[in-house]
Amino acid sequence: MVNDRSRDIGEFVPAPDDDMIICRCEEITKGEIRSAVHDGMYTLTDIRRFLRTGMGLCQGQTCAKLVKGIVSRELGVSPADLEPATARAPMRPIEMKVMANDLNEEVAKHE
Amino acid sequence: MRIQEHPILGEPQKGRLIEFTHDGNAMQGFEGEPIAVALRAAGVMAHRHTKKYDKPRGIFCAIGRCTDCVMVVNGKANVRTCITSLEEGMTVETQYGVSAKKPENVPENKSESMSEDMSEIMPENKPENIPEKEGTV
Amino acid sequence: MKRYDLIVVGAGPAGLSASIEAAKRGLKVVVFDENSKPGGQLFKQIHKFFGSKEHKAKIRGFKIGEELLLDAAEAGVEVVLNAIVIGLFEEKEVTVKIEDKIYHFKADSVIIATGASENMVTFDGWTLPGVIGAGAAQTMMNLHGIMPGKKILMLGSGNVGLVVSYQLLQAGCEVVAICDASPRVGGYGVHASKVARCGVPFYMSNTIIKAEGTECVTGVTIGEVDSTWKIIPGTEKHFDVDTICLAVGLSPMSQLANMAGCDMEDNPKKAGLVPIVDEYGETSVAGIFAAGDVSGIEEASSAMIEGRITGIAVAYRLGFIDKQELEDKAKELEVALLSLRQGMFAPENRGKKIDKTEEGCDISENLLKKGYIAEEEIVRFPGFTRSNGTHPVIECTQNIPCNPCQDACSKKCIKIGDNITSLPSIDETKICSGCGQCVASCSGQAIFLVNEEYEVGYASITMPYEFLPLPIIGDKGVALDRSGHEVCEAEVVSIKTAPVFDKTNLLTIKVPIEMVDKARFFSAKADHRNEVKNGK
Repeated sequence: MVNDRSRDIGEFVPAPDDDMIICRCEEITKGEIRSAVHDGMYTLTDIRRFLRTGMGLCQGQTCAKLVKGIVSRELGVSPADLEPATARAPMRPIEMKVMANDLNEEVAKHE
Repeated sequence: MRIQEHPILGEPQKGRLIEFTHDGNAMQGFEGEPIAVALRAAGVMAHRHTKKYDKPRGIFCAIGRCTDCVMVVNGKANVRTCITSLEEGMTVETQYGVSAKKPENVPENKSESMSEDMSEIMPENKPENIPEKEGTV
Repeated sequence: MKRYDLIVVGAGPAGLSASIEAAKRGLKVVVFDENSKPGGQLFKQIHKFFGSKEHKAKIRGFKIGEELLLDAAEAGVEVVLNAIVIGLFEEKEVTVKIEDKIYHFKADSVIIATGASENMVTFDGWTLPGVIGAGAAQTMMNLHGIMPGKKILMLGSGNVGLVVSYQLLQAGCEVVAICDASPRVGGYGVHASKVARCGVPFYMSNTIIKAEGTECVTGVTIGEVDSTWKIIPGTEKHFDVDTICLAVGLSPMSQLANMAGCDMEDNPKKAGLVPIVDEYGETSVAGIFAAGDVSGIEEASSAMIEGRITGIAVAYRLGFIDKQELEDKAKELEVALLSLRQGMFAPENRGKKIDKTEEGCDISENLLKKGYIAEEEIVRFPGFTRSNGTHPVIECTQNIPCNPCQDACSKKCIKIGDNITSLPSIDETKICSGCGQCVASCSGQAIFLVNEEYEVGYASITMPYEFLPLPIIGDKGVALDRSGHEVCEAEVVSIKTAPVFDKTNLLTIKVPIEMVDKARFFSAKADHRNEVKNGK
């Protein structure tokens, strides 16, 4: 069971490519991702919330598959065993004022 | 490095030649083509420098998905230059972090630069400007 | 909230094909696409497609895109561009951002045709300006008319890497090398051969160690990898480049399906996370369908057929047609789809090592390792024959569903048969007229016309030529062999251009007779780099 945090995945072992940028938007490195797994982040949604990988301007379009590969390798499971990070609207980055335009109309309707 | 005639596609169809500025320098490009294309034709490679490590970024995906090519266009930051059309008189500036202002030096600590940028955007969020609330611990 | 019978997300080949079939049967259809131009990746494809006539073989990708758009307009399909679908909900409600407002739409059915996104590979310096995706190179060259760079290293030898490398050459760029961590070329042999004969070297089992430069790419170092993907010390090679192009695969962009609650599966044969669909493309959520690359990475030809099947299935689901029509039409289209999914590169053969063709010939190992067929290997294949007078030599050595060459020959010299993956063979009882139609119609540019009796001591070789500047009669230069090495002097004796050839010019050179099996490309200069005459 992937989420079983009582599993022993060993210690974090530094590697020469720990400085490699993985999440380009938020500038998060491979070492930070691997070490987050050892801090107890066993799912992609946890990693995303903990490190902000996938929460930058591109919303994970670029780094998602890379993060999946790194996390699964650290956990010793196949990438296919990891649930993807929760997919929810908005699928693309949207400015807050665009959301507000919708709200303003709703408000105007009721006034 | 513009293609004059392509063996399959012939001559590229372009709008009229117009002027715009890049970091204050006068530039030329074709109306309606993506800003990034006009910049690339002029040899510009770095569109922005990242917030944390001050690294250069430029065109990567060219279809508006990776957001690495964003620049400050007509004063507005985070504009994806690979899918935004060039218009006459546009001011295009290299983006540093989230603004066009070049940082004095790269801060050691990430959180330092964060609060600097934040207070630039919203001065009312500077600690000294937030009024004390009653009952706050 | 506006209602439609069918909402299609994505105006690429699958989305447009689906919307046309549905609209033709009376449905009110809208297609949303986040880009400013429709057609998905089709308009970036300037090469001739494979397959057979019904699959639009021999037609360049962008022309197919134009035809689809015309059909969509004719069928009354509403296509909304710059419309980003930001949410798809189980009740078939769709939220779309158009300009700076969010609109809500409801439909009785939704087709997700969002296609694929490019995979990433990391290496030291991968974030430098100058490192671009292969799709970015295509966008820049084929949509916007600029060269992505002057000297380019391509990472990836799948069809995308090979096709884009050729397109880079056509745009006037220099491709210094193609490298791939895999030991074997992943794309069609004919795509690799086109590039190899222009002098582009292949470095298989090599990957990028570092991209050099501070403000942008100025060079790259690659190295050979062992079976555990570690760099073998001492195998480092350095190239001066200003651009590194990544073509390391595509993954389905299926997050909308995930969000709507469809059952998903991570399937390596489909190249990633896809919604589970039935034979009509319907997901586990009733009324939500998926078609094209989003349901499994293949290519545009299969995406169009899948789209059509799904469009018809939606028409049946909403009661616009009866079950008989669905079954008849779907069956017809499934046969067409199946014929595309045959041969060496069929989805089910992904990852398999195939040693022999269907005819029993040993697959060219050199083609897989170096990107070109070795001279001693070419004689094994049915397309290679010797004759008096002009005759075709077909260097098509892998089973791919494709047969335009058979239809092109009015003298019936070329035979493939009903099974369109068969290797083309020459009927030696028929007389070749030397018209060159076969040379121009081969999407893989693998057919040559050879005349060993051209002149005393000389043979003539007619080859497809899609570069500028076009050589003229009398031009003297060098002939290159399949690996791009200069083998002898050559003189241009004929250059034919005709509308029916569709921009594939026929270049005929004369070479010393002993070079007849070697010479396969021509360069007007000793330093064989093809440059488009560019101004500043």
